[in-house]
This record gives sequence, structure tokens and C-alpha cells, in this order.
Amino acid sequence: MATAAGRKFESDERRRDSDHEGFLVHRRMRWFKVAIAVSLIAILGYALADVKPRPNGGSWYGYTLGTAAALLIVWLSLLGIRKRAITRGRWSLKAWTSAHVYLGLSLIVIATLHTGFQFGWNVHTLAYALMMLVIGSGVYGIVVYSLLPAALSDNRGQMTHRQMIDSLAAIDRQLEQAAQPLRREEADWVVAALAQDPFAAGVVARLTDRYPHCRTGEAFAAFSAGPARREAEDRVIALLGRRMAQLRQIRRHMRLKAMLEVWLYVHVPLTIALLAALTAHIVSVFYYW
Amino acid sequence: MAFRIRTIDQTAAGREIVREREIAGDGLTIGRAAENDIHLPDLAVEQQHVRLSQAASGQLQVEALGTLGFTLGGRATTNATIAPAEGAELELGSYRLAIRAEDGAVTITVRRAQPQEGRRTEALRGFTLASVLPGKRPLSWLLLAAILLAFLAVPIYSHLTRAAQKPTIDHLGAVVMDASWTPGPLSEAHHALETNCESCHVKAFVAVRDNACLACHTDIGGHADHARLIAARGPTTWGEGFQRAVAKVFNKPGPGACTDCHTEHQGAGRMEPARQEFCADCHGTLDQRLKDTTIGNAADFGNLHPEFAALIETAPHQSRPQRVSLAAHPKQWDGLRFPHALHLDTLGGVARMASRLGAGHGYGAALDCKDCHHPTPDGARFQPVDMERDCEACHSLVYDKVGPTFRTLRHGDVAQMRADLAATDRSPRRPIVTGRRRPGEYAPGGVYYGNFGGGGVTLARAMSTDGVCGECHIPTSGRLGVMPVVQPSRYFAHGWFSHADHKQEKCASCHAAKTSRSSSDLLLPGISKCRDCHLGENSRKAKVPSGCAMCHSYHPMEGAPVKAQLVAMRENE
Repeated sequence: MATAAGRKFESDERRRDSDHEGFLVHRRMRWFKVAIAVSLIAILGYALADVKPRPNGGSWYGYTLGTAAALLIVWLSLLGIRKRAITRGRWSLKAWTSAHVYLGLSLIVIATLHTGFQFGWNVHTLAYALMMLVIGSGVYGIVVYSLLPAALSDNRGQMTHRQMIDSLAAIDRQLEQAAQPLRREEADWVVAALAQDPFAAGVVARLTDRYPHCRTGEAFAAFSAGPARREAEDRVIALLGRRMAQLRQIRRHMRLKAMLEVWLYVHVPLTIALLAALTAHIVSVFYYW
Repeated sequence: MAFRIRTIDQTAAGREIVREREIAGDGLTIGRAAENDIHLPDLAVEQQHVRLSQAASGQLQVEALGTLGFTLGGRATTNATIAPAEGAELELGSYRLAIRAEDGAVTITVRRAQPQEGRRTEALRGFTLASVLPGKRPLSWLLLAAILLAFLAVPIYSHLTRAAQKPTIDHLGAVVMDASWTPGPLSEAHHALETNCESCHVKAFVAVRDNACLACHTDIGGHADHARLIAARGPTTWGEGFQRAVAKVFNKPGPGACTDCHTEHQGAGRMEPARQEFCADCHGTLDQRLKDTTIGNAADFGNLHPEFAALIETAPHQSRPQRVSLAAHPKQWDGLRFPHALHLDTLGGVARMASRLGAGHGYGAALDCKDCHHPTPDGARFQPVDMERDCEACHSLVYDKVGPTFRTLRHGDVAQMRADLAATDRSPRRPIVTGRRRPGEYAPGGVYYGNFGGGGVTLARAMSTDGVCGECHIPTSGRLGVMPVVQPSRYFAHGWFSHADHKQEKCASCHAAKTSRSSSDLLLPGISKCRDCHLGENSRKAKVPSGCAMCHSYHPMEGAPVKAQLVAMRENE
């Protein structure tokens, strides 16, 4: 009985441990080792294969590598479907993702050797270039996934997205109240600040965290520089300051999220483009056989 | 300190009812229970939820009384300090309490929040890039459609609908966008076909066939009889057999197709010659399969290649020359008596004569090869030695002197010679003594001595072994004349050798003329001499790694034994 409980504890521990290990180090980097082995075999074969007159995608070794690379690409792109079913265990989504990352990287070796280092302005090199862009964006994705979540968590403090929005809304309500005694011109500054949607920022502003036309900042500057200041103005300045601080947090958050998400806008569409180019590559080769 | 509590309620019609009351004291409590100073009837609020109390310098302390916290300025907390002068907003359940200093009193405006769930969820989406970028799906579909259309649909459609035409370099191809399919530039010779893919890629999904090549290469020579070619094919390894099987599945032609050896689209420049392995496949072990072959096995010039066989005549009056291996040190019959050693001796009479003739006549200190041997215009071979040009400067055929001029026998024409000598004026002449040395012992002391008086040169004497003709030629027995001279222009019919490619070398590096005492010596270098520089294609030691194609051509250009055959047609084609 005790041993059964012990075994259960051990297996639970293993599960708990594996639950907290990332896809990069999954199973002591099993897929990294597999990818390295695959790459080394491909390189060794390239060095030893006796293809005439020179290494080329159309030699027997070229076709072998090409077939492997094409199957790999199709399998890698299936992650888009596979990820929608989160499972665990040997065939867990984590294992799949780990394999996706490392086998995807090994594709650099396999596909480059498949080219025989012959490039040109044609659909074949197009497919290769798209593949390298997809891999490059994937590598970027891995890097930001491993670096940015900590920064995202730091920036957030204890707040959820909703709380950030609520906090801004609360400040806005107070600002509206506090601005009631202001003169027309001053009231307009506040109206302009409140009317500006913080989420209307474009991709560039989000990624760079630069907002040169921030109405809240402009209003703050205008109030601070204003000549006669009464109690009402001071209150508004204080609230505008709080609004700016809240905006800063939201914008930093948007920047981190944008950096975490932007690569997928390259990775996914270019993967589909790659599948198209790969189809054209293969069909054209056999069409003009 | 006083608190002013302003409660704003809404009627069903949306009208606001505002009630105000004042509470004196240093603090107040907020909760669901009725005894609180501010009573909030919301189940999300605890009975005693929050206490507000005076803190230092006019600030207010807000603390949660139970375990549930509160939201201050959108942030969840359990304890906070606020400055009424700046204002703050406290959220408890569905209630919002705006706290600010007004006219010396802390005013707390209590209002029930309007549910705005929909809008708030929409705002949450604002954090993601998806809210400002077009979706990945439309972009993906667009790219997919563009690539498939441009690089697949357009070329295939135009290929299927094109008008049939013969391969040509005269106009552009009819297929649109197939330039995007080229895996690399064509070789120099095929450059004009670059835009005309369908010249060679005639049928869809049918690999390039030999008849595409033979459409232009009409006069190409065949390598050997088809049956013998098939019989000579080397044993296939497991890998080769597998490759061949796969190629067959994919409708590749062969074996023996043009494309087996010639690979296109490997970049501009010369088309790479076929590698030696292609030849070695059959020739490496040829004798095992073609028992009757006279060709030695050859797989690698450095390791396995028979000794050269020269095409020579070994005896007079042969109907055609024979191929004889240099390994047997054969003697050739050339119909001459010519010792190279004597002519190239730097100390002998020949050298003396050359130096006397001097640079004005093109001679150096001693005779040199180039004084008698003149290359062909292409520099590959040598012209036959010409008596008048190359020998007569020394080997004079002068037989008479009339006044200030000399009469010379016509070389190579016995009848003319007979006529000239018969017509010679027999009146006495003064002997000519020039002091010039010339070959042979014609007078005491070896000084050139010409006595043209009194029948000095007679026909029979001239044609004898000791006569002026017999000096170089071998007289015939019987009819008056000399044996025909054989000067082969090419010794190796099946290999290519160009002297032009070797002009950095001295003649003596390969030809042992200096020690040859007879013109029957075959002065061709053997294979070991060539191997000083030339070894097999894959040799690392070789100064010049040399594949078969450096000297041999699969398709004979001159005197092809057989016509080229369409070996790579598949059945039912």
C-alpha cells in the first residue's frame, strides 16, 4: 500500500516537474538531440554522396533531402492545426511544439544542402527564401517567448488587463468631474485627452512605444505651462499625471504584447505562402522533368 | 471633519435622484449591513467591508475590514491612503464611490455603475496586435493565391495551350512565366534556348528525351554498336539498381540517355564534360563482358589505363597502318635514313653547318627541332617535314653551275631528274671549293667538293645507297627510285593530344630525339611520361587531374564508326 502510494507520488512528481518544464527543454532536450543528429547525418551524407557533376537538388541525394524537407515542412505547418487540441503525455502538445522548434531549425541544414548552394531568381529559391523567413521569424518567436513574459509580468504589477482599462476609466471619470470648473480652452485640452483612444495606436507606435501626438501629454504640458493656476487646475494636472502614468503602463504592455505577437504575422502567412511555393517548386520540377 | 454623502439613484425612466446628507466624525464605515454609514445593497459587498478614517495631513486611510479587498482607481487592494484634494474613486461591488474634497468637506458620491460588459471586453482586445492588423488568414489566402497563380497556373495553362513547334533558337518560347521554373542558367552552347524551355521539355511530366537533343545534334557520332553498348554495361550495385528503379517509376529515360552524362542547368559557362566514372562504368572491367574486345581496361588515367598504341607502319608496302602498343618498343617504317642524334649533336658537323648558315637563315648555334619541324596552324600537330624547306639548306641537290647560277635537281621527281641529268652540258667546269662543310665524305678532308665537269653526277650513282638520294632515302631494288616516305600526321586516332596545350614544355621533355640513331625509332612518349603531370580525375597528387574526356570523346567526330542511336527512347514511344 505504501509502495503504491509512493509510486503514485513519484509519478505525480514527474508529472508536476514536466508540467513546469518549457517546450525548449522538454524531456531533457530530446528533440534538440534528434535535430542535431538529423542535421549531422544530412551533412555527412552530403560530404560522402557521390553525385555528379556537382551537388544539386536534382541528384539522388538532392531528391532524398528534398523529400525529407518537404515532408518536414508539411508536418511543421500542421502545428497550426495540432495546437488547437491541447493534450498531454508522450504525444503532448508540448512535445509536438518542442519537435516543431528543433526539427524546424534542422530544416535550415537539410534544405540548404538540398539547394546544393545553387540559387537564382526562380520559384525554387523563392520557396527557400520563404522557408528561411519563416524559420527566422520562428527563431525570433522563441527568443521573445523566452525573454518577454517576465517583462510583461513585471510591467503589469498585480493588475489585469481589465483593471488597467478600469483604472484608466476611473481616472477619466474623475478628470471629467475635476475639469468642470475649467475655462473653455482648458476644458478643450481635457476633452482632447479623454477623446484619444489609447488602443487606436498603430503597429509602429505599439512596437516602438513612441507616441509623439499623445493628447494627455500635451494637455499636461499645457496646464503645467499655464500662467494662473487655481485649485481646479492643480487637481486636473495631478489627474493628468496619473492618466499619463496609467497610459505608460498600458503602452508598455501593448509594446511587449506586440513584440510577442508580431512574428506570427510573418510566420503564419509566410508558412502558407511557403506551402504554395513548395507546391509550385515540386510540380514545376516534375512538369519540366 | 465632516463627510458629505451624495447618493445618486436612477429611476426606471433614467431620471437621477440625488440625496445629500452629512456625517460628522473622523471616519465612517461602508458595507451591506444597514448600520454602516454608507449602506450598499449589493451581495458582492461584505456586511462590514471598508473603513474610511482620517490620516495625517488631511489624507484618508481606506482599509478593508474583511478578507475581501476593494478597487481603488481600478486597482485591487486591501489598504490604501488617498488625498481627497486630488480625488479618488473607490469601487465596491457594483458601486462607485467618488471621493473628493469640496468646500472643506470630503464629499463621497455614491453611484451604481451601469453594466458595460460588452464594451469592456472589446477594449481588452485593444491590447493585442490583432486589433490593428489585418487578419493572418486573409493575408495567407492572398499570398497563396498569388504564388499558385503566378508560378503554377499561368505557366501550366500557357504550356498546355501553346502551338506545337520544333525546337528552335530563333524565337522566344511560348510558355509564360516558365522562366521562374529554371533551376539555373543553361551552359554557354545552349544559352539561346534559355527562354525556350519547351524546346527540350516537350511534354508535361516527361523527362527530356534524346530526340530533343538529336533534333539539333544531327551529325553526332555513335559510340559503338548498340548491342555491344548494352553488353558492355557494367554491373550495377544495389544503390544504382535502386536509383534506376526509382528513375523508371518517375519516367526518366535511360540507361544510356544523353541526360545520363550531360547535366544541364548547372550554370553559365562550358557544359561540364562527363566525369570519368561514366566511362569507367563500362571500360573499367570491359574485358569481363566483351571477351573479344581489343581495348584494354581503363578506369583512371593514373591507375588503370593501357599503354598507348600508336598507328604506325612497321614494314614497307603495308596496305594500312597498324595499332601497336608502345610497350613493345616498336620500330616504325618511314622509308628514310635519318639519325636524329647526329642532327641534334651540338658539337658535330651539323652544328657547325648550322652556325655557318647563321641567324640570317634562321639557325642558331646548333640545329634545333623547330629548324625542321613546323607546327600546323592550330598548333596541335606538326606539318610533314618538307625537303625543300627543311632539309635542302644543307642537303643541296645542286648538280651544275652555269655562269653565276646553279642548277638543282627537282626533289621527288625521278623522271624530271633523269631528264635534267641527260641534258647536262658535259663541257669541263672548274671545280667549286667553298670551304663549307657539308654532310658526307665527298672529297678528301671533308670539304665540300663539287666537280660538275665530265659527268660528275650520273643517275645511277645518285640513286645508289651512296648517292645524293641514297643519302636520306632507301633505293628501290629493280626499277629506279626510292622507297615511299611515311610521315604520319597523327599517331593516336582515338585520343586527342595538342602540342599547343604543352608549349610550355621543351620537345626533349617527352621526345628522346637526341639519342635516337635511326628514324625507325618511335619517339613517342609512353604513358608513364604523361603521368608525370597527368593522373586520374580524382587524384590529389596530380599536377593536372585528368578525366577521360580530356583526351577522349564519347561521340567520335572524325570517322565515326557508327551512327548515333536513339538509345534512350522508352518502350511505346
